[in-house]
This record gives sequence, C-alpha cells and structure tokens, in this order.
Amino acid sequence: MKRRSFVKTAAAAGTLMPFTLSGMGVKTYEDSPLLQVLGRRASANDKILVIIQLQGGNDGLNMLIPVDQYSNLSKARNNILLPEAKVLSLNGKTGVGLHNKMTGLQNMYNSGLVNAIQSVGYPTPNFSHFRSSDIWMSGSNSDEVLSTGWLGRYLDMVYPNFPDQYPSASMPDPLAIQIGMVVSLQTMGPSVNMGMAITDPSNFYDLLDGSTGQTPATPYGDELAFLRLVTQQTNEYAGVIKTAASKGRNLSTKYPTTGMTSLSDQLKIVAKLINGGLKTPIYMVTLGGFDTHSQQVDSSDSTLGNHATLLQHLSDSIAAFQDDIKLMGVQDRVAGMTFSEFGRRIMSNASTGTDHGAAAPMFVFGTSVQPGIIGANPTIASTVTVNDNVPMQYDFRQVYASVLQDWFGLSDSELKIAMGNKDFNTLPIFKNNKAEIEDYIDLVSRISLKRIYPNPAYGDVKIDYFTESGRVKLVLFDARGTQIETIVDEWHTHGDFTAVLNTNHLQSGNYIVQMVQGNKRLSEVLLVP
Amino acid sequence: MNRKQFFESLIAKNSSQISGDDVNAKLQTKTVGRRTSTGINEYTGTFGDAELMHLLRRSLFGVKVSDWKNFQGKSLKTVVDSLLSPTVTQPNPPINYYGSVVNDPNVPLGSTWVNAPLDPNVEPNRKGGVKAWFWGLTAFQNTDLLQKMVMFWHNHFAIQFLDIPDSRACYTYLKTIHTHALGDLKTLTKAVTVDPAMLFYLNGRLNTKVAPDENYARELQELFTVGKGPNSKYTEDDVKQIAKILTGWNINPLTNPFSTAFVASNHDTKDKVLSSFYGGVTIKGRTGLTAGELELDDLLTAIFNTDESAQFICRKLYRFFVYYEIDSNTETNVIAPLAKVFKDSGYDIKTVLRTLLMSEHFFDSWNRGCIIKDPITHQAGFCRQLEIAFPAPTNYLLHYQMLGLGQGYGQVTQMNYGDPPNVAGWPAWYQEPLYSRSWINSDTLPKRNQFTDYLLYIGHKIGTFTLMADPWIVVKQFSNPGVADDLINDTITFMLPEPLTSAQVASIKAILLPGGIPDYNWADEYRAATTPSDPNYNTAYSSVTSKLKYMFKFIMNLAEYQLS
Repeated sequence: MKRRSFVKTAAAAGTLMPFTLSGMGVKTYEDSPLLQVLGRRASANDKILVIIQLQGGNDGLNMLIPVDQYSNLSKARNNILLPEAKVLSLNGKTGVGLHNKMTGLQNMYNSGLVNAIQSVGYPTPNFSHFRSSDIWMSGSNSDEVLSTGWLGRYLDMVYPNFPDQYPSASMPDPLAIQIGMVVSLQTMGPSVNMGMAITDPSNFYDLLDGSTGQTPATPYGDELAFLRLVTQQTNEYAGVIKTAASKGRNLSTKYPTTGMTSLSDQLKIVAKLINGGLKTPIYMVTLGGFDTHSQQVDSSDSTLGNHATLLQHLSDSIAAFQDDIKLMGVQDRVAGMTFSEFGRRIMSNASTGTDHGAAAPMFVFGTSVQPGIIGANPTIASTVTVNDNVPMQYDFRQVYASVLQDWFGLSDSELKIAMGNKDFNTLPIFKNNKAEIEDYIDLVSRISLKRIYPNPAYGDVKIDYFTESGRVKLVLFDARGTQIETIVDEWHTHGDFTAVLNTNHLQSGNYIVQMVQGNKRLSEVLLVP
Repeated sequence: MNRKQFFESLIAKNSSQISGDDVNAKLQTKTVGRRTSTGINEYTGTFGDAELMHLLRRSLFGVKVSDWKNFQGKSLKTVVDSLLSPTVTQPNPPINYYGSVVNDPNVPLGSTWVNAPLDPNVEPNRKGGVKAWFWGLTAFQNTDLLQKMVMFWHNHFAIQFLDIPDSRACYTYLKTIHTHALGDLKTLTKAVTVDPAMLFYLNGRLNTKVAPDENYARELQELFTVGKGPNSKYTEDDVKQIAKILTGWNINPLTNPFSTAFVASNHDTKDKVLSSFYGGVTIKGRTGLTAGELELDDLLTAIFNTDESAQFICRKLYRFFVYYEIDSNTETNVIAPLAKVFKDSGYDIKTVLRTLLMSEHFFDSWNRGCIIKDPITHQAGFCRQLEIAFPAPTNYLLHYQMLGLGQGYGQVTQMNYGDPPNVAGWPAWYQEPLYSRSWINSDTLPKRNQFTDYLLYIGHKIGTFTLMADPWIVVKQFSNPGVADDLINDTITFMLPEPLTSAQVASIKAILLPGGIPDYNWADEYRAATTPSDPNYNTAYSSVTSKLKYMFKFIMNLAEYQLS
C-alpha cells in the first residue's frame, strides 16, 4: 500500500453499494399532473406583485367603513367605533370611507390608484388563524387541504423544474422574495417552496453588507461566523440580491423613519430591489398585530389605539412605496395587494376589541387598477348578536384569478390550473378586465332587495326584489357566513318579483339574504328571533 | 425538489471543489486574544440541561429525547460512568442482505458472511454491506461512548476498506477496534498492529528479514503513537529498527475468516537498538513462533514509556471531544496533566476519557458549541435524534439500502466511513489550520441541509417504504409541547448547542404563531391536533405537522445546527 496516497476517494462513487442509488423509480418532472394538463408552460411578463399580509385578522369594518350603516354599527360596536365625523371621505363615494389614520391611502384612492373589494371571504369560514391562513395562502376550499400555494402553482407553470435549472440565463433572480424569516405557503410549489426568505435578523442585512451578524468572541462565535460566511457564499441568489441592493436606491422621502414601522422598512427593501433591477415577479411582506381581541382602540379615544396605529402604518407605508416606484418610473409594472386571514366580528367585545370574524375588504393598488370600490357595503343588522359576521360577497380566489389573469396574463386554461382546477370569475380590479365595473357598483338601479318582511321573521317571510333580465339567485347565509339554502335560482325577465322563505326551521339569529344576478350581488340582514 | 432532482443535485458539483471564497472564509473569523486557563480538575459547577446536553452531544451521534430525559437530574459522575459502560461491546456482524439480488452459495439470506469463504461474485455486495452496516452502528448506537470511540480509533488507526480485497478483513478490523475501543491503548495498538487488514493495508505482510518494508514502522510512530510533534524525536534509524522488529508477520488468506499468521523464518532474529528517544533500549532478538509477539510487546513498552505517546493521543482526543485549537494554556493545563493521568493509568482509555469529560475545562463555557459536526455526526445524528424509523433488520435488502443512503450521504459530504482519504485519517482531525472547518465548503454545506430537508419533507422511498423524519416523535416527548414558549425552548435545548438570540427565537415563534397572535392559539391548535375526537382534528393535525416540520427545518438550516 502506498504511503500517503492522497488519491481522493471521497468523491469516488465506486465504493458505494452498487444498487444504492439506482432502481428507485425516480419521479421525473414529466409525471407532474400540472404539466400533463397544461401541455405547455405559461410565459412570464414583466409585472410585479407585492403582497401585504395583515397577520392576525384585520377588522375590515374599522378600515373601509360602511358609513351608511352607522346607526346599527354604533349599537354593535359602540366602544370601538370611530366617530362618524372622523371617517375619511373618498372622491365620488358616499356612505363609505376610510379610517381617519389612512390619509395616505385616501390620497391614493382620490388619485385613482386604489381598487377596494368589499367583503372578501370564502364559503363556510374557518375562525382559526392557522387554518384560515392556510386556506387563503393555498387557495383551497374551506374543507380541503392543498399542499401547494396559489402563487406556487402559478410560478410552477412559468418556471417549471424549479429549483433544478435555476438560476438560469432568462431568470437569474429569485422567483419570489419573502421579506422576513418564514417563507409563505403562498409560494409553495409541487415539491419545494419557490420563494426565498430574505431573513432579517440573521441573514438579510448581513447579506447586504457581507458581515455575519453578531457572533460572540468565543470559539463558538468564530465557528458560527465561519459557517455563516460559507452559507452566504452558497446562496445562489446572494450575488444578484446583493448587486440589486447596492445598485438600487429608494427615491421617496415619504417613508416613515427606518425602524419605526416594520412594514415600511420591508417595502423599502422591495422598492430598492426593484430599482436595482431584480426581475423577481413576486414580493411578500407582512405586518403582524391585527389580532385585536383587546385594546383595539384606546378606551378614551376610539381614533387612537393599536388598530389605528396599524392602519396608519399600512397606509403610510403603501403611500410611500407608491411614491417611490413612481419616482423610479416603474409604477406601471408594480401592483400591490393586501389580505388578512379573516375579518373580525361585527360586535365588539368588552375589552375594547373584536374577535375572529369572516369577510373583510381587500385593497389592490397601483396605476393599473380600475379606481373604485367593488361591491356593496356590508349590511349591519339593527340587533347584532355576538356571533354575527360580515358575510362574503366575493370569494378571495376571484381576486387571485384577477391578479393571475389580468396582471400576470394567464389564459383561461392556465388560470384554471393555477386555481386548483376550479373556476373563478375575475373581478374588474385591473383596467384591462373584461367585466363592466358598473356591474359591481351602484347596483340599486339595476337590481335591488327592496323589502324583506316580516323582519324580524315569523313563519313565511316574503322577499320583494327587482332585477334586470337574467338568472337570479337568492341565497341564505347564517351569521357565521355558512350557506344555509338557496331560496331562488331562476331566469327572470326585467321586473319586480317576490320570493317566500319559510323560517320556522331556522334557529334564532341573524341571517343574510344575498341576491346574485350576473356579477351583481346585494345582501340584506334577516333576523330570526 | 423531487427525488430525481435531489439526486442530481448531489452529483452536480465535484464534491472536492472548493472555491477561493471558501478558502478565504476558512481563514477569517478567528478570535484572537482571550483564552481560558481551566484545567482537568473535576468540574463541580452546575450540571443542568445545558451541561448535560453538552456532554451528550459530544459523546453521542445525536442525542435522543429519552437520553436527555433519562439523565436529567443525575450527577455528572453517574452520567459519565454510564456513558463509559456499554452493555453491548460487539455488535451483531453484517449479514447477507443481497441474497435476493445475487446468490451467495455459502451464506443463506439473513446470515452473516464474516466466517464464510471469500466469493468474488458477492464480494462487492459484502464490501458495500460492511460499510452500510458500519454507518448503521452510529445511527443505531446505544447511549454510550463506544461508537464515538470506534470512530475515533478508525480515524486514528485508519485503513481504507477500498484497499482491502476481502470484506471479512474489514469486519475483523472493526471487531478489533470495538473490542479495545474502551480498553487500554497498548493492547489496542498491539491488536491493530497484527490485525490482518492492517497487515495488508500498510504492507506488514511484506515485511521480511530479507526485504524489510518500513511502511508500518513509520506510521506506527508518526501517526499511531508518538506523533510528529516538536518533542517527538524518533529517528530514521528507529524506523529501520522497528521494521526489523516487525518482520515475519503475515496474513493467512485461506482461513475463514482471513487471519494473522507469524512466519518465523521471515523474522529478523538479531537484537534491535532504539534511539535515545526511546531510552536507547535494546529489543532482544528472538526466534521461533513467539518471537514476533514478544518483540512487539517490548517495542510497545518502549514506545508507551515516552511521555510523548500519551500526549499525542491526548491532543487527538482533545481535538475530537473539545476543540481543535490547542494553545499554550491548553498544552500546560490540559494536555500535559491529562497525558500524565493517561500514562499513569497504564493507558486506560476509560480513565483518560473520564478525566477529560468530567474536567472543568470540558465544561468551560469557552469550549461549548465549537465543534463543527463531522458528516456522520450530522447525518446519523439527525436520524438518531429524530428517531427516524428504518425498515426492520429482517427486511434485509431494504434495511441495507436505507443504511446505504446514510453511508452514501456521508460520502458526498466528504466522510466516506470506512474509507478515509488516506492513512492519516480525515484532515478535520489533524490538518492545520482548518481542522473541522475542512468539512464545510460551498458544496458540502448545502448538501448537509439537503439531507435533513429531504428526510423531513420528501423522504427516501423504496418500494412502499419511505424513510422519513417525523417531528411529532420528538415533540410528543417534550414536557409541554402545547405551550409555544416551552416547545421552542425545549427544541432549541435539544437541537442546538447554545441558546439563540431573542430575534431568532421570535422568528421561530412566528412559525408557530404568525403575526404575533396570542399563544393560546397554539395551545388550542395543538390540543385539537392531538385529540382525534376533536372536530378540527384533521386540519389541526396537518397544520401543526407542517409548522413542526418548518420549525425543525428552520433550526436545522441554521448555521448553529452544524455545531456541537
């Protein structure tokens, strides 16, 4: 035997058992059900989506405020309700306005940069943070568990075989960037998460300046610093991110002071990376703290408190970000979207807070949105009980469908795959949507729920309604937002009609009668005593 | 990543490729200045979870929750005594697992081949098998120091299985090491010197009085006993004299198994005189069948009479169990007194280990968490720690295939167990200035993370069996997994050598409780996930499972997880 034979044996595979790595029935990408259905890949455009997740369940009624429901709101949530006079008005809108801390978003709305969608949720709402977050992020039905995220399914079509062939010449940059430590389920693909977390505290800022963070001056600290240095070198995207971050500059002076609001700091990073030339199409940022069970407002002043602060951070941060991308000249390529796992209960609790609820509004912003508010104000019952919720008018997956089709440019068949083989109609959120926004606003002249009587209900309840020609559905939801029954599903010509609902079998509580005609939806509250 | 991509990624890069950046990184990040002056006096400070886990992490391949819990509250002495008292010292030998693939006419499926004839037709399967089996000994080890010491001695008395043409000899070599791993070093050295595999590997079998081969005589001194430190002053003539002392040893390939033979006619019967380094001792020349053994005994007595032999091994043990850097404080306060204890005990390995592992120096906070895990400790340790269920040993082929995954993974992360790069062992334990940093480069570090991610998220599937980590197995053994802070604390104590920063802890908490929602949400969800009668059981179970997996992934992807 040769002394000191420095022959490298470690890499020689010959000593491994002959069959160890063979004959395993390796799954090839061709097996992917997505590609089989699709038959081809979708193509990328240069659009960028920034998703702002409001973690904890945002109280939509305290954000986009249905002023026309104020008398009933003041009964249901008097201890937290903003004084009506403080509600910020929106150009061309009556009966609805913004929380008084949201001047940034108000200005954006008035400049035609905001589209709000009322009462977004899903059938049979789930009130667990975890479960509802998973539903929103995967895009599943309430009773279904999907292991992939809605954006992961989209990215998988545009960038198949990730991470195997990436970074590539045509896509040298991360497919999605989560600012933070935990990559969202939204970008979970068929086998790996397609998103990359740019982690603060232990990674991101260090990545930018090439340091390894704080490590103690001990052997442990030395070895840790060494490992972190190699970690940075091995991150295949570290170079492009570092380059983009050093090339990119924030141009807006409107951002709150760094360190004051986490969301603004996160959006600053996003803007900087966009400005630095990163081709990444999806950015995800988060703002936590919306689980306002108590002290949602200051007990002495309902215009102040935790929720007011959060809304101000949200509004100021978005406004500064929009200003930044405008100054950068990329505003036509960037759209933003907010979501939260659920809204909150209509009735406030005794701790000046609100408990977990159902539907809530979403905002989509940017130069490419159709300015306006889609959908009607939620209807608040005169006697709200503790479990009453805002019922959904629109499924959150309609918003996703709109983003994927009207922003990212998916075809109908591609969209269906990204939506988990389900059909969802898009909404007129973006300017290029085919639908008429008039179908979604100022409905009363076209359809109306004119009268429901007796209300409170007793025995047979009559529902008088007016409609244009077309298929009309009247659907009954319970106060938790679960669909109870279909009262009417018929084709009508233009005119007045009356339906009858027997209420003898219904448990007492508030119910929602929802009218759907084409894309138009209206709802009214029915109280069963 | 699917399975194909996973395996492609393993071979995507030459695993020996190291970028310039890697080298620079290896040479940066050293604290200079302050050192510790603690020595080998018995540690009398607090022996809590942190100290217990430090001891167990350094002594085992992965600490199981039950190891931790069983020793909790016990004294340091009790724990060390237990670690030094293995109940099983000789594992069951490797077997014919390959019978369903290739016929072995001499060995039934499921029986051992170690005493059967050599058969070239199945030799590759046996060679692969003995290596997979060897890897499995680490993953399935008992809670004692035996396997760590087997690794230590395999690295120290290194041979390469690749160069041994008979797997039976690879097995007997490992059997020799197991027998003496916690015995006395003189006996171990003697056994290794005349071990058939070593006689093959370092040419002892070719060393005759007419044609002396100095290979083993040199390595015996330079690598196995006195080393090549500044005070190791053996001479070239010592190499020649010792080669003569060792003439006549040979192997008999015709026995089952392959065995040692002494051929008296090949032995040099003249007296041999060693240098002043060995006290100028004369090893009396002998004749007959006992000549080789008697002269070897005299030789080892001379070698182990030097202080340097004890010091050399103590330095190696120090680098294996404490830290690679040995400064003058450590030399004075640890190595020298430890070597004295070792030598005075007659080179009793348990005594030196007990002294080191119970010393105030070992528990000095300065020395915690600073060893970069070798690949086997990282990978087998992960399997053991997470208690990953392997196929039953009676499912012969599948069981070995799964062990082969572990062995193969060590190989692609530069630790091919059974086949160190050369007779000096792995550079991590001897090569200045990098030492254990040499395990880590831009190729091996991502592969380490891939291994843990792969078994956590995808699993290694063969037929209907999937080798997969299940964090529930660990978490359910914690005291309060439904309390988020307790779960996080226990997981960190269990998985990592040192506490994390509050920002890191907050990030982990955000996995369990996103957006700062109150802790009771986790309690509720955990309760639902562990209560099959709960109406939300299914969704809660899947949600908690994915959070636990993410938490474990997060922790195992931290640089901190590479440290022990």
